[in-house]
Formats: sequence, C-alpha cells, structure tokens
Amino acid sequence: MDIAIDIRAVTKRFGEVTAPVTAVDNVSLSIGRGEFFSLLGPSGCGKTTLLRMLAGLEHPTSGSILLDGREMAGVPPHLRPVNLVFQHYALFPHLNVAKNVAFGLRYQGVARRDENARVAEALELVRLGGLENRRPDQLSGGQKQRVALARALVLKPKVLLLDEPLGALDQKLRKEMQVELKALQKRLGITFVFVTHDQDEALTMSDRIAVMNAGRVEQADAAATVFERPRTLFVAGFLGAANLIDGFIVRPEKLSLRLESAPEGGAFLSLPVTVEDRVYQGINTIWTVRLDDGKRLTICQQNTEPFDVHAGAAGEKRHVWWDKRHAVYLDEKGLDAG
Amino acid sequence: MGKTRSRSQRKGDRGTMLLLPTWLVLGGLLLLPLLILLGTSFHPPDDVGNPQAISNWSQFFHSGDWAHNYVQSVRPIYLRVAWRSLWLAAITTGLCLLIGYPVSFYIALIAPQRRKNLLLALAVIPFWTSFLIRISAWRIILQDRGALNALLLHLHLIYEPLRLMDTPLAVLIGLVYGELPFMILPVYASLEKLDRTLLEASSDLGASGRGTFWRVVWPLSMPGVAAGCVLVFIPGIGQFIVSDLLGGSRTMLLGNLVQNQYTSGRDKPLGAAIALELTAAVLAMLIAYAIAAKRRGMEVAL
Repeated sequence: MDIAIDIRAVTKRFGEVTAPVTAVDNVSLSIGRGEFFSLLGPSGCGKTTLLRMLAGLEHPTSGSILLDGREMAGVPPHLRPVNLVFQHYALFPHLNVAKNVAFGLRYQGVARRDENARVAEALELVRLGGLENRRPDQLSGGQKQRVALARALVLKPKVLLLDEPLGALDQKLRKEMQVELKALQKRLGITFVFVTHDQDEALTMSDRIAVMNAGRVEQADAAATVFERPRTLFVAGFLGAANLIDGFIVRPEKLSLRLESAPEGGAFLSLPVTVEDRVYQGINTIWTVRLDDGKRLTICQQNTEPFDVHAGAAGEKRHVWWDKRHAVYLDEKGLDAG
Repeated sequence: MGKTRSRSQRKGDRGTMLLLPTWLVLGGLLLLPLLILLGTSFHPPDDVGNPQAISNWSQFFHSGDWAHNYVQSVRPIYLRVAWRSLWLAAITTGLCLLIGYPVSFYIALIAPQRRKNLLLALAVIPFWTSFLIRISAWRIILQDRGALNALLLHLHLIYEPLRLMDTPLAVLIGLVYGELPFMILPVYASLEKLDRTLLEASSDLGASGRGTFWRVVWPLSMPGVAAGCVLVFIPGIGQFIVSDLLGGSRTMLLGNLVQNQYTSGRDKPLGAAIALELTAAVLAMLIAYAIAAKRRGMEVAL
C-alpha cells in the first residue's frame, strides 16, 4: 500500500495538569493513497481531534504525523498539502460563492484571470454551476456543503479531510450526497479521510474504517471486515447490533427463529428460547427472545414469507438458529480470540 | 358596551403606552431645548447677548434680519474654527483606530478566556473617575515643568522643555486619551462575535496570519470599526472641555466658540446658530452612515 498518511503513536491531551483529558490515546494508522478512509465512533471518541491534527489545527502532545513521507510537526495548516471540509461549512459570509471558492487559489500562484475558470470547474464538479454570485446566506444547507467541498477541491489537494460534512443534512439529501461523494472520490483519486458517527454512512462509502472509542482505535480494517469480523465487543455493537451469547457474538440478522432445534453436527447451532416481543417493520421483523438463562437476544428476520399475524406470539417456545461461521468468538476481555 | 378592539390592536395600545415615558423624555429634554435653540438662533442679540424681542414681525421677516446669525456664522474666522474642529476630530478618530484596534484584537482573539473580562474592565475603569480630573491630570504631565518634560530632561534626551501645553497636540492627546474606550469596546464586540472556524478555514486554504487578518478578520470587523469611528468622531467634533483645559486660547474649537458666545462673547443667538449648524452636520453624517450601512447589509449597531 502506497502510504499517503502515516500516523505514529499520536496522543493528544487537553486541559490542566491536574485534570487532563486524553482525547487521542496512542493512535497509529496508515492511510493509503486514493483510499476512502473513515474514522468512525461515538461523540467524544477523538476522531475529530485526530482529523484536526492531520489538518494542523491541533498539535499532537506526542507522536508524529507524516504526510507523503514528510514529517508534519511544526508545519502550520496553511503550508500543509491537505484541505479540510468543516462540519458547519465555515463559508466566508462577506464573500459570494465564487470568491469563497477562489479564496485559496492565490496562494497556489494562480493568476487572477485564471481564477474564474478554476472556480467554474470546481462548481461543475459539485453540480453547483451558475450560483457564483449568490451569498452564503442565500444558500440551502446542501448547497453550502457543496460550496465548502468545491472550495477545498479547487485546490486539487492530495488528501481531503472531511469532518462529518453530511451531519446537518436531511436523510434523503444525505444518502444522495453519500453516493455523490463516493463517486467523486473514485473519479478524482484523492485520498479521503472522512469522520462520521454514522455507521451506515461509513459502511456505504469507505474502503477502510477505523473504529474509535475513548481516544483509541479499536479496529482498523476493510469495511466488510469490520462489520463481519469485529474484534471487540464495542466494534460489534457499534456497527449494527450484536448478541452476546456465551463468549461469542452473533448479529441479529444472522439469527433465525424456527420451531424445531438444529440437527447435531450440521452447519447450524441452535438454542431454545421463549418469545417475548415481536415488532413488524415492513421489510423486517424484530424479535426479542429470551434464553433459558434469562439472557435476551434480538433477532432481525427479513419478511420473506407472507406475514402471519398469529405466528410467534409472546410466551411461545422456539429455537434460535445460526450458521457456525457467523459466530465471532471473544475472550473474557471482550477481544476477538479466534 | 364599549367598542371592541382586536388582539393585535390591544397589543399595539400596550406598546404605545409603554413607549409613552420615552416619548415624554425625548420630547421634553431633547426636542424642546432644540426648538428653543432654533427660535433663539433667529433673533438678533440685545446688549447683554440675550435674544431680543421682535417688535415689528413683518419688517423682521422681509428685511432678512432673521437670517443674520446664520450669515454671521460663516465668516472666515468661524469657518477656520470649524475646519480645525473637523481636522482634529478626524485625526483623533484615526489615532483611536490605530491604537484601539490592536488592543481590541488582543483582548478578543489572543487573550485567554479568563483574562478577557479583566482587560475589558481596565479599559473602562477610567470612566469611574471624573473626566475633568483626568484631563486636568494631563496638564500636570504636559506642562513645561510637568512630568513628561522632567523625565526627558533627566534622561538628557532634550535640553530644553518641550512646548506641549496649549497646543493642538495637547488637545489631540487629551481627545485620544478620553475617546479610546469608545473605539475599543465596539471593535471588541465585533471581533468577539467572529466565528473562529472562519479563521481556521482561511488558514487551511493557504492564508498566513496576515492574509487571514486582511481578508477575513478586518472585513468582518467593519461594523465595529464603523461604530467606533462614529462614537469617537461625533463627540470629538463638539469637544470644548479638552480644548479649554489643554489647548488654551490658541486652540479654539467649535465647542469653545459656542461656549464663548454664551458667556464673554455675549451673543447667544449666534451661539445657538452655530450649535444648530453643528447638530445638523452631525445628523447628516449619521444618516449617511446609516444609509451606507444598510445598503451594504451591515447591521447598524450604535
């Protein structure tokens, strides 16, 4: 893998000596050129702080960051080969769209007369051609987001950092933008580092995902791997749901409910359960069932059969089945042992 | 059965009632004196300087006597005073901006959070002392045998005391000193409201500190700067205390001119005319500022 960004044992501590907060705890990651790499985690896990350190807006307390092999310690943001798309866009309110997008061009030595062409090109990329003279307060959220994107892309950075850029958009627009961003990234071949707390978003767009929790990276793998083979309880629970059964994890959609128990020595295992609740969700049905030892499991089954109102009422006995290959084993510390 | 009023009408009534005290104060303490002044300015002065009663109104109007004071007020010697006042107020405003902006910048954008209030308080505390006393203190500093000359002589930087008192320079120093907080506070307010992520974005896009300042901070602090300039210039142009205490008879400003007419000059109507002209000029400037600001979409925050 041709490494674009090398993060080595980076730690960031904030606050007074007496009450320090460790936002990023000894994180090491390598991000390849042209990758769509996501930092995924709940609020406060350190992903945004890490991103800001890549941009140069924060300095690591210890450790180092290399961009394209160059050590970035002491390099201020305006001299780094990366650009950041801010969560709340940070558009300059006193400039129109064209001037916003053109803002950084003069620092690349682009002549004034060539600026218009570059701006038009960037706006075409994000499908906002024709809005050059609008001011930020005349734009919708989605439009502002695209202007922020264009403003960064016009500088043709090697690495684009995005800080939860889709957070303020409504569901439908968000999904559209996810697809657009992914296509854009593929087309331009730029390395994207994308911060989000939305696991669907991360799975949709990313080549690789680093799942963060309380300042640490719990797992960094290809998207499918992080989902299918989570290494810790946290990762399993953060991407999709996870049922913890006796030392291993099975996802709700990998479980099925049958009347009979599974045959011995087959590909499947089963356990007897009592049905507690059933929620119809159109495409799926969510079952809550209880094992003999009192532990609850969640089952998510696609409604392939015509819906039967009377099947599986509360209190009925069933068996929950799963394919042995879908069981992810953890040791006592909650880490993947196998 | 009284006539019924709709909800919005009743709300309107309440609003009017609440504004009544304001209207009374504005009317009684502002409009009324201005009207009295206006009336005074049209009368000719009597022997002791009071407005003289008019015996023959038709002759008064037709002969053009009613405009006598206004015609007087544009004589060259008075125009020189007006010009000097204008200049001094302009330079004061410029200096206040030059000195005050960096101070506001430091407090708003550089000083750590816990020190901001302290620094702002320091800028404002002088107002707790009498203005007269503070300006008088400058006499002690600027006199031939005052503190400044004593220090410079002692350090052998000069060999003769500098003539500072009773000069336009002294008035300038006094004005800048007195007006500085009026520049610092509005500029600070403007800078404080600045979205810090804009500065980060500017930096990320390639602008150095200076680039970010001139392209982002400065334009966005314009409302504060404009308000500060207005708050410094307008009192500056009407000054008479500072010029009286520090400028002596050499530096007469419009304020002193009006004051004189009401005392030793013995021509109250002339004083009234000049005062009204000044008021009208200031009003015109304020209106121009408001129109220009509104047109640019800036808030008119005075």
